[in-house]
Amino acid sequence: MDLNILWFLLIAVLYAGFFFLEGFDFGVGMLLTSLTRKDVERRAIINTIGPHWDGNEVWLIVAGGATFAAFPHWYATMFSGFYMGFFLLLFALIVRGVAFEFRSKHDTPRWRYGWDRAISISSFFAAFLLGVVFTNLVRGVPIDADMQFTGTFWSLLNPISLLGGLTVVMLFCFHGANFLSLKLTEGLRVKAHGNAKMYFTAALVFALGLFAALFFTRSAFSDKGWITLILPVLAVASLIASRAMMEQKREGWAFITSSLAVVVTVAALFFALFPNVMISTTDAANNLTIYSASSSPYTLKVLSIIAAVMVPVVLAYQIWTYFVFRKRIKADAKTLTY
Amino acid sequence: MDIVLLSRWQFALTTIYHFFFVPLTLGLGWFVAILETMYVRSGNQMYKRLTKFWGKLFLINYAMGVVTGIVMEFQFGMNWSEYSRFVGDVFGAPLAVEGLLAFFLESTFLGVWIFGWERISKKLHAAVMWIVAIGGNLSAFWILAANGFMQHPVGYEIVNGRAQMTDFGALLGNPRALYLFLHTFFAGLVTAAFFVLGFSIYHLVRNHEVEAFKKSFYLSALIGLISAVAVGLAGHAQGVYLREVQPMAAAASEAHYETADPADFHLIAGIDQEGRRTTWSITIPKALSFLYFFRFSGEVEGLNNIQAQYEALYGPGNYIPNIPLAFWSFRAMVGVGTLMVLLTAGALIIAWKKYPDKWIKRSGWLVWIIFLPYIANTTGWILTETGRQPWMVHGLMQTKDAVSPNLTPATVLISLVGFVAIYAVLMAFDLFLLLKYAKKGLVTVEADSVPIAAVEAPKKRGGK
Repeated sequence: MDLNILWFLLIAVLYAGFFFLEGFDFGVGMLLTSLTRKDVERRAIINTIGPHWDGNEVWLIVAGGATFAAFPHWYATMFSGFYMGFFLLLFALIVRGVAFEFRSKHDTPRWRYGWDRAISISSFFAAFLLGVVFTNLVRGVPIDADMQFTGTFWSLLNPISLLGGLTVVMLFCFHGANFLSLKLTEGLRVKAHGNAKMYFTAALVFALGLFAALFFTRSAFSDKGWITLILPVLAVASLIASRAMMEQKREGWAFITSSLAVVVTVAALFFALFPNVMISTTDAANNLTIYSASSSPYTLKVLSIIAAVMVPVVLAYQIWTYFVFRKRIKADAKTLTY
Repeated sequence: MDIVLLSRWQFALTTIYHFFFVPLTLGLGWFVAILETMYVRSGNQMYKRLTKFWGKLFLINYAMGVVTGIVMEFQFGMNWSEYSRFVGDVFGAPLAVEGLLAFFLESTFLGVWIFGWERISKKLHAAVMWIVAIGGNLSAFWILAANGFMQHPVGYEIVNGRAQMTDFGALLGNPRALYLFLHTFFAGLVTAAFFVLGFSIYHLVRNHEVEAFKKSFYLSALIGLISAVAVGLAGHAQGVYLREVQPMAAAASEAHYETADPADFHLIAGIDQEGRRTTWSITIPKALSFLYFFRFSGEVEGLNNIQAQYEALYGPGNYIPNIPLAFWSFRAMVGVGTLMVLLTAGALIIAWKKYPDKWIKRSGWLVWIIFLPYIANTTGWILTETGRQPWMVHGLMQTKDAVSPNLTPATVLISLVGFVAIYAVLMAFDLFLLLKYAKKGLVTVEADSVPIAAVEAPKKRGGK
């Protein structure tokens, strides 16, 4: 296996990690305002992701950085091509980040609920925009022979990419609700459980619709043929398994299987793309591949050594943080600290 | 307005804004870690309260630094795709490593620190804060290694019109980057020292928690003086090196148009950019040679001479950056830097004299010194980044060739206006919270461990 393939895989892993981790905390963010109106309960909900969300977001930053370092042309074409998409994503992430930090630092109801609403709305848009971006990635966008994106903002907003956006939203809501029913107690746990059921149906319908749309129209899926169906089928199976686990009140397994659904969905996108990293709808000859878009072998080697040392270390301490904060969180003003 | 100009404005404004928050994060992390260590070692609750108090202000500031930092990473690809293609092989690596090695560390452990007070042992909790501080400063190193390459490219070769890395060690050991890092590291400490000093004075003047704020005052005065001197020394060393590798930027910072030996130093000067000369000036004879060579002779090349060399080397064009901007930024930075050395020295004298009442009573206005490092930090970066112009990467790629060719002015204008608007709103919220907590003092710390208002959300949307 050459280093180009290794870095394609590593970037896929980084995005999968990001979708899995930030997926549930985007989900938690979206559910925050609809689950309860009580401030204590909202604080409890935020505390389930409080220690983690910032570290989770770094997965996106590292994924972006790794794309820049290992495949500069991919980074350049994608980020300049999806300019408005990324601008709006940044906007959402900015609002979301400060909202978490600011919401509890002042105590008028207007302040609290304003920021809570900001958390929900920005989480929704961040998830939605990620879905739009990644759907466009596998559908392909107009790219010329100089690797330049030649479309406009509007060419990114097609029905299928909007469907992709909503699919990610529903999937994250389901995933987030599973996480919450694992982390909360009593009434909130029950509510989260109920929400998960609701979002399961939506996620399933949207995911089936999206995969069908990608398979029956021109995209990386249909280009490559039936073999790309294996992973989507697995993703949908994980989703259904998660629902079954919920039914049996096995919340740990329900969360693990919903995580699997998210990870396998990302894997499906990257598998369909490979060995391309950007698909040109103008001419297949203009596709950016893991070879035409990559850095030099020397750079890839240096990066590989650093990643081989650091990735296990990062995983170890991030897992440790989940271990430290493994207890369920009770919505009780006396015990809630932060 | 074209996309180059708009993109430059966007990058400049978002970077300057980002760097309002970064230095305080870099420096204040050490303060909080030191205070928490003092708490763990002494068991004295006062230090715990101080840790939480400055820690709270650290967090409010940190959030702003993080969210504005993501913008930086994305913007290279969004607005400067040709730059990204050209240098990605070299420049991308430190950015990726920054995330993997430093930012993961900082943000993950900060999460543990915020929520971990009752979950992990005291010692481990203090250690976590040290990791946060180290992680933040490590981040700065990697980012500055990347920036150092733009100022003084090393460890690369040009293959098929793109820069390719040939020596990762050279990239990290780039003296330009190391000077930048030293300068930034101490600038962070100075920023935090003035922040702590200013708010300590605020409370001492009002007789709040006198014992605790005297500790803060003394700590910040001491660290502040050492760092203010160190930041000057590192800055000077950087300036000397700058003349060797970026003579144009160095000459720009001094508005030094004509080559001279020995060269005079312009304290202040009138600048005629069109005529490429100074119209009047107050000068110190031979001082510029002295600054660069430590003796009263030595040739310092002037802007006009370097311009002629660059035309011969790179073809026709204007290679002189905006001189008044570089010249006055440099003077503002150095002037404020000198003032900060004097102020921290004065603060130490106050501390050694056991805080005489009549002095303390009259020092309420000193709260405003908090802003001084921000002026120096901002003007310093304006000098560094505009002094490099017209180059994006010195000698290799010009800024006008670096922009994303697919953008339209309207698109960039929308994002520029969007960033300015959200940043302005957030600045208002940030200042509101910082001032609220800073003014309340240590009492808020206890009250805040249970921050829950026992109220229900309004039934009506948007209502109270």
